[in-house]
Amino acid sequence: MNQNRRVLLKGTFAAGATGIAISAGLLTPKAVLAAWPKAAFEAKDTNAALQASLGSSSTTESSDIKLKAPDIAENGAVVPVTITSSIANTEAISIIVAKNGTPLTATFNLGATTKGFVSTRIKMGKTSDVTAVVKAGGKLYTTSKNVKVTIGGCGG
Amino acid sequence: MAKSSIKVRAKVKEGEAKIKCLISHPMETGLRKNKKSGKLIPAHFIQEVVCEYSGKTVMNAQWSGTISKNPFLSFSFSGAKAGDKIKISWVDNTGKSDSTEAKMK
Repeated sequence: MNQNRRVLLKGTFAAGATGIAISAGLLTPKAVLAAWPKAAFEAKDTNAALQASLGSSSTTESSDIKLKAPDIAENGAVVPVTITSSIANTEAISIIVAKNGTPLTATFNLGATTKGFVSTRIKMGKTSDVTAVVKAGGKLYTTSKNVKVTIGGCGG
Repeated sequence: MAKSSIKVRAKVKEGEAKIKCLISHPMETGLRKNKKSGKLIPAHFIQEVVCEYSGKTVMNAQWSGTISKNPFLSFSFSGAKAGDKIKISWVDNTGKSDSTEAKMK
């Protein structure tokens, strides 16, 4: 019952937000493409990337985010990463690889009913910290994990 | 494109949909060199993946070239019904795009 209530609350709250976003023309595919944050993805350091992508660079460490990544990645071109956030109202999840040329790897904007769960595969140039950044209620929460890379995946 | 570049597996369990998709795409960063000619291979990567369910965007992912080649993406959302359709589409930095619809099981 608790679970249902939570889902309902989350659903109605976020549906409102989505409605506003649509009416403001923010969520139509074309407009979204135009809004692809070039600056964020081209930023050379983590803070600048966060600022440009999520609007803030002050983060708080949180144990409510689970970041699953290998301890040692044999092939840096394919590093599986899974992020699970149990923070309520998770709006967006970003993946940052600190020592890549451009740290911001991806930003996943979650819809109203979407769970705080994302799994994908990323490239890593060399051994680095992988950081999951979760945006919830306008605040940023992070959790990091060091991943050792034996063969780099960026460049040839 | 005759065959869709997106493979989707979508399953619904107790109202919660789990979507897995695999997109075939080179995902070039623009930093890699062609070993024979020594020239840079131009950047060619997916910038955006959008997933829609019953007219609503459930996931809008913005990617850079640091996502692996032939990207894999998995996520889940609630309030789904088996038999319903989801639409997944992507756009890359050269303006190419593709989309597919899949039925949830």
